[in-house]
Amino acid sequence: MMRGMNAGVSAIKAIAINTFKEAVRNKILYNLIFFAVLMMAVSLVLDQATIGQRNKIIKDFGLASINLFGVIIAIVVGISLVYKEIEKRTIHPLLAKPVRRSSFLFGKYLGILLTLVIEILLMSFFFFLLVWLYEGGFDSYLLIAILMIFVELSVIAAVAIFFSSFSTPVLSGMFTFSVYVIGHLTSFLKDFGASSGSAIIKQFTHFLYYVLPNLERFNLKTHAVYHLPIEIGQLLFSILYGLLYIMIVMLFAVLCFERRDFK
Amino acid sequence: MTPAIEIKHLTKKIRSGFLMKEVMALSDLNLSIPPGTAFGFLGPNGAGKTTTIKLLTGLSFPTSGEALIFGRPVSDISVRMKIGFLPERPYFYDYLSGTEYLHFCGELFGMTRAARNKKITKLIELVGLKEKAGEQLRKYSKGMLQRIGLAQALINDPELIILDEPMSGLDPMGRKQVRDIILHLKGQGKTVFFSTHVLSDAEMICDQVGIIVQGSLQSVGDLETLLSPKTCSIEVSIKGVSESALSLFKPMASSTKIADEGYVLRIDDAGILPKLLALLQAEKVQIVSIIPHRETLEDIFMEEIRGRQS
Repeated sequence: MMRGMNAGVSAIKAIAINTFKEAVRNKILYNLIFFAVLMMAVSLVLDQATIGQRNKIIKDFGLASINLFGVIIAIVVGISLVYKEIEKRTIHPLLAKPVRRSSFLFGKYLGILLTLVIEILLMSFFFFLLVWLYEGGFDSYLLIAILMIFVELSVIAAVAIFFSSFSTPVLSGMFTFSVYVIGHLTSFLKDFGASSGSAIIKQFTHFLYYVLPNLERFNLKTHAVYHLPIEIGQLLFSILYGLLYIMIVMLFAVLCFERRDFK
Repeated sequence: MTPAIEIKHLTKKIRSGFLMKEVMALSDLNLSIPPGTAFGFLGPNGAGKTTTIKLLTGLSFPTSGEALIFGRPVSDISVRMKIGFLPERPYFYDYLSGTEYLHFCGELFGMTRAARNKKITKLIELVGLKEKAGEQLRKYSKGMLQRIGLAQALINDPELIILDEPMSGLDPMGRKQVRDIILHLKGQGKTVFFSTHVLSDAEMICDQVGIIVQGSLQSVGDLETLLSPKTCSIEVSIKGVSESALSLFKPMASSTKIADEGYVLRIDDAGILPKLLALLQAEKVQIVSIIPHRETLEDIFMEEIRGRQS
């Protein structure tokens, strides 16, 4: 029993590290260079602006960029890495070994998270360096915003894995991107539904509100840039909400994946 | 003794095409393979060989029936500790080196680094990839991929090795290398289950074969029994014979064809060979060669297919 458990953990770890290696060796992290160049270009352009404004814009733009680059990685890697395993049949020798399908999916997911962590760490390092150069100090508010960006990306990566456990990459990409966009609008949709007067629309928007992740919960970018107060209870609740959402989505992904026949 | 593989009424229906039409990929397959056997699973492309293998390795699920490996259902994940599997036209992570890939596979079995190092050195040696082990798999030829595939299938020292078309797409040299490895495993007393549509491979390796056509098993048996009762047509090549003399022998032969400076007589009944030879000697005809032709697996194979189609 213990041996089986150890083998299970060892398998998840091996798959996660292999997924990370794939992302790195297939040069997915190269987009970091693009991020660095973009940030430098923006800061140069803003050199003319007044100091107070310039720093805020750099912070705003930096956080938005970390978020955007992270979302692209989460969607692209999340979808392509699982699909590629199935399409290229690299998954066949894997699943013929004592590897549970759930372990495979969790391993893949953790590998994607590891890729995202490294990506975010490197982007943040460059971002903080730039802020330090302009401001001469470290802004811890930005750290909280970045942590929440990571939680958001983790949710998106789980959604991407879920769709790719039963669908093609193009469809999964579209679905995940839709979830990302609508996920930022759920509160708005709920209010819209409530004020529409139509019972059907109200039910539909309520359905979306509860089924799709409320990604705005993780958006603390404005708080961080303008140093608005952040309630620790709300913060913890948002993290917990993200974790719970990930667990539920992954559970559904496993359920879809468990009974799948491989061609 | 518990069979290495026991398949009971295994049936698989697959939905395919735009209209998701149901197709019978495997129909009521029953098979029992004792441990230590080298079993050749033969059939033309699309006969259901890969479908069977996927059901045995947990890559797909049966519509009905069940498959047991060493007495345990294939859905029991612990069974896979005892299996080694090489898929058809294998494709591995091409960004990893041969050694890295084998380490990855070893980790999936929960092997320690020390155990992996020891095993991998041996396997690399066995499959003859010592010089290339550090190179990325994207630089491997087809034959090398097949051999690293065999190595990954053996990482856990399996009791049962399942190989899907292990020789397909290989050049003669590659075929020989893979065949030698399989024979080596057979020599170690492992159970080898492998599918092929190349009959000579099976003839050289297998103790037992099963022939599958259009999703159903046509015949199973050891090679000797499948081949021996139907053997024997004999070709007698002769030289220096006149047209008139030929007419004496012709009725005894099932067919006659012109060859270099003479004829080849084919007789289907070995019993008439002495009579023919006596007649040839009496007519002072030079006998160049007498070649008995055993029925090949290919003949049985074609017969099964023809029988099925009619």
